Amino acid sequence: MPPIPPIALPADPTCPPRRVVVIGNGMVGHRFVESLTPSAFAVTVISEEPRLAYDRVHLSAHFDEPRPDLALATEAGYAALGVKVVYGRAEHVDREAKTVTVRGQTETTLEYDALVFASGSSPFVPPVPGKNAPGCFVYRTLEDLEAIRAGALKSRVGVVIGGGLLGLEAAGALRKLGLETHVVEFAAQLMPAQLDEGGGAVLRGIIEELGIGVHTAKATSEITVEGGQVTGLAFSDGTHLAADLVVFSAGIRPRDDLARACGLATGERGGIVIDDGCATSDPAVYAVGECALHAGRIYGLVAPGYQMARVLAARLSGEDSSFTGADLSTKLKLLGVEVASFGDAKGATPGSRALSLTDNVRGTYKKLTLSEDGTTVLGGLLVGDSSAYGDLLDLTLSQTVLTVPPETLIVPLLPGVAAAPANALICSCEGVRASTLIDAVQGGVCDVAGLKKCTLAGTGCGGCVPQLHDLLGAELLRLGKAVDRSLCEHFVHSRQELFDLIRVHGHQTWNAVLAAHGTGQGCEVCKPAVGSILASLYNEYILKPAHAPLQDTNDAYLANIQKNGTYSVMPRVAGGEITPGKLIVLGEVARKYDLYCKITGGQRIDLLGARLEQLPAIWRELVEAGFESGHAYGKSLRTVKSCVGDTWCRYGVQDSTSLAIQLELRYRGLRSPHKLKGGVSGCTRECAETRGKDFGVIATEQGWNLYVSGNGGVTPKHAVLLAEGLDTATLIKYLDRFLMYYVRTAGRLERTSTWLEKLPGGLDYLRGVIIDDALGLCTELEAAMQRHIGTYQDEWATTLADPDKLARFRSFVNADTPDPDIVFVEEREQRRPAYEHELPLLAMAGTD
Amino acid sequence: MTQLQNTYARPRPQLAFTRVCALTEIPDQLGVCALVGGQQVAVFRLGAQVYALGNRDPFTGANVISRGLTGSYGERLKVVSPLLKHGFDLETGLSLDKPEVALPTYPVRLEGGDVWIGLPD
Ligand code: SRM
Ligand SMILES: Cc1cc2nc3c(=O)[nH]c(=O)nc-3n(C[C@H](O)[C@H](O)[C@H](O)COP(=O)(O)OP(=O)(O)OC[C@H]3O[C@@H](n4cnc5c(N)ncnc54)[C@H](O)[C@@H]3O)c2cc1C
Ligand code: SF4
Ligand code: FES
Repeated sequence: MPPIPPIALPADPTCPPRRVVVIGNGMVGHRFVESLTPSAFAVTVISEEPRLAYDRVHLSAHFDEPRPDLALATEAGYAALGVKVVYGRAEHVDREAKTVTVRGQTETTLEYDALVFASGSSPFVPPVPGKNAPGCFVYRTLEDLEAIRAGALKSRVGVVIGGGLLGLEAAGALRKLGLETHVVEFAAQLMPAQLDEGGGAVLRGIIEELGIGVHTAKATSEITVEGGQVTGLAFSDGTHLAADLVVFSAGIRPRDDLARACGLATGERGGIVIDDGCATSDPAVYAVGECALHAGRIYGLVAPGYQMARVLAARLSGEDSSFTGADLSTKLKLLGVEVASFGDAKGATPGSRALSLTDNVRGTYKKLTLSEDGTTVLGGLLVGDSSAYGDLLDLTLSQTVLTVPPETLIVPLLPGVAAAPANALICSCEGVRASTLIDAVQGGVCDVAGLKKCTLAGTGCGGCVPQLHDLLGAELLRLGKAVDRSLCEHFVHSRQELFDLIRVHGHQTWNAVLAAHGTGQGCEVCKPAVGSILASLYNEYILKPAHAPLQDTNDAYLANIQKNGTYSVMPRVAGGEITPGKLIVLGEVARKYDLYCKITGGQRIDLLGARLEQLPAIWRELVEAGFESGHAYGKSLRTVKSCVGDTWCRYGVQDSTSLAIQLELRYRGLRSPHKLKGGVSGCTRECAETRGKDFGVIATEQGWNLYVSGNGGVTPKHAVLLAEGLDTATLIKYLDRFLMYYVRTAGRLERTSTWLEKLPGGLDYLRGVIIDDALGLCTELEAAMQRHIGTYQDEWATTLADPDKLARFRSFVNADTPDPDIVFVEEREQRRPAYEHELPLLAMAGTD
Repeated sequence: MTQLQNTYARPRPQLAFTRVCALTEIPDQLGVCALVGGQQVAVFRLGAQVYALGNRDPFTGANVISRGLTGSYGERLKVVSPLLKHGFDLETGLSLDKPEVALPTYPVRLEGGDVWIGLPD
């Protein structure tokens, strides 16, 4: 299409600014308003939602704790730009009179010179019986999410109808809310719009492993309802899935109703028809974002919408700019799974060839669509590992003729072999390439915030931000500029550097460290970090007056703080083995102090809801019964999980329980950069899940296999094999060295897996250090561990023996009363903290 | 969130001072909580200086500010709530995360090694 001539603006500066009215204040409407030069226009924004634009792309983060602020626009910001906001729904457009009528609390009629539709889209709800029953939701706005949150409180099982991008995102949210979660998809595979069969199958495997039920090739014929409440889904094949909460995520429909009603051209399947200048069939009316239909296409992604917003803003300012379509390539992280699709992902180009690699070990699927002669990449798919996305997208868009065999593009890189991205596209949302970023760094930008500001990279979906960090670090290093690894504003050193400084100088206290290496008074970052280093090195009692002010929240009171200011009590139950007598003690103490009891994920028992002033009495009883601190509060060894092993299990080949207990007692109290967890399984069935631990031991007939650097959490990592067939003495020797080496060299809050990933040389290097003593450090590491073991003390026993320390365990310095604002309610025969919404009710009922 | 006025910035009303503890009962760089006229006041000591602020964390509703870590930002002093690590200026009580939020602050008097906190009469 030839470029459309720009609209000539009257050159006369005295003429009144043109009145621009924007319908909808979503992501694209907001970007448009921001892109306009405000002084040249009188802009009015009509917002149907009760708040200004927010980051819909990251909507699901609303369920994170702490809840992030997703706002993109503020009233004050708009006021400063001179932008007026009218809350309400635009209900009528009179194109003759050039007016829009808005129904809000009152009815307002606005006159326009240019009208912009940025009305986005609405979720499509298939017309099945029961779709409006209480318990059915959609997933589009913050209000939708609030409704789902409230619904989830009363529900156990949630189902998402639709296994596309948004459906999987919604499933992740339901899981976060604690529901048993299922996804139902009409097509035979997940994400049918983006993935092919192979990719869908690998994705399904990963999602099922997360504990989400996947039901494909299922047509929902009815939402079953009983007593006014959803009970499940009935499928056309006669089967039924029980559920008490349903989220529809079966696609989107452009909101073109108003445009249609005022006679603008719309597409057969929806969408307001626009040309390359974003003008509709009426030259005074425009459309941008998800409501617009350009060249037969609706874009359900934010980046093309942003491009339209920029084009239209430029056009209205008299500049030449066109929207000629957008690349639909996407890279996403769904439920922690990386998925990317780019170019001709499914091989639609006639004659194209496909090359794919399914790795059922790593759980990845990679596919390239190649030109007929196999020399250029036309597109591809990546599931499970999208690290090659930037480079591959770049090869696709630039149509570069390959100089390497194409299969090498999708095999996992060997460590140390860097990919050679010529000028990779780093941020696909904003179309920013490495060269632009490098120029910015050379021009003096020295942090990611600066890169975002001057290149816009990272301001769309945010998916490229980790790459921005890497690129910045690499470039600063190349320029010989210091990469800022400061712990915080008080120390320019990294944790590793500080560890070495403290060790070499022999500093024993915070004051000495601060005076020698820091500035200011310290803060919540450097104080606990220094406290932890001092504890790792000297293992002194952490509440000694010199150390007490350094301790983080939980360490400060040797217990984990809970949301209402009470604490949990978690004594050590080494290896998860506990006598009936001790179980009874725990039960009796819990009953006496009315503590909530729960079996933890770490094979021990958590007693929750103790008030600060109750901790000493509770712990006195526990210590007298032979319990000790479980260090659940510390960045230190937590638990060594065990299975019953060959003592009981018919498959066991070694005594995993005894070894787990031995290891837990050996390393208890070891303060480390992050928490440490271990496990020992009696055979390769791996019932103790040790490969999800920082160190894991699996028994074989030949001896112990030692795995290191695994973890659970949101980014689970399997521990990797360090050495096999070990006897117990060698195993312990290697573990002593491994743990001490980690404690000395890891960054702040770096778990063993991230630490190993960043360790130059990786696992082979680690083997060299731990097994072959390549650095000549082993004697020192073992001695350090011996010192730790020799100086271990039970922090609770020490505390109970010191009246000065006990004085800290009081709610008030001048009164012996408990905090009156701590309110509990009963649920399932135990107490729990009252939710905020329960408080007024309780006050009315007169409960304390 | 309602903007809480900082007592120090207002013309002082008549104040009634209450003794809450001996200075030595507050370890250096740490805080304690005192009940003053039914209100929970977090009292911190940094060297010879004492600061008093509201004990309720406005972000979580829990009475825990006195158990926070103290430190500095730039030239100023701060305390960080133990729950979600929100920072507050130790002298003004102003939130370092959200400008419209602040902890109330209370005047402090040190007399004969004792700490006294003032509340409007
Ligand atoms: C109590 C418990 C949940 C339960 O009811 O079962 C729990 C509770 C907490 N976990 Fe956990 N985790 C508990 C087992 C786990 C497990 C399972 C396990 O250990 O086998 C995991 C996954 C395994 C792992 O750690 O790799 C786990 C992964 C996390 C993570 C994510 C760690 C990561 O590297 O990604 C955090 C966040 C963190 O540490 O930064 C966390 C943080 C927390 C904190 C400390 C959050 C906090 O700061 O308040 C919770 C406080 C405990 C308390 O107040 O008593 N918890 N947490 C479990 C205590 C186990 C124990 O006996 O010590
Ligand atoms: C959960 C979720 C995850 C997503 N993830 C991604 C992602 O990872 N990557 C990506 O690129 N995209 C993603 N998207 C899509 C992205 O959010 C949209 O493409 C983008 O928000 C479109 O912006 P918009 O301004 O066109 O529409 P919207 O953001 O929908 O805004 C339209 C606004 O107009 C209002 N409105 C409509 N009609 C009227 C009227 N008559 N009067 C007044 N106001 C009206 C609506 O209430 C709404 O506030 C996601 C969407 C969701 C819901
Ligand atoms: S890991 Fe092996 S020995 Fe241990 S309980 Fe499981 S099957 Fe039995
Ligand atoms: S890739 Fe989306 S912000 Fe950069």
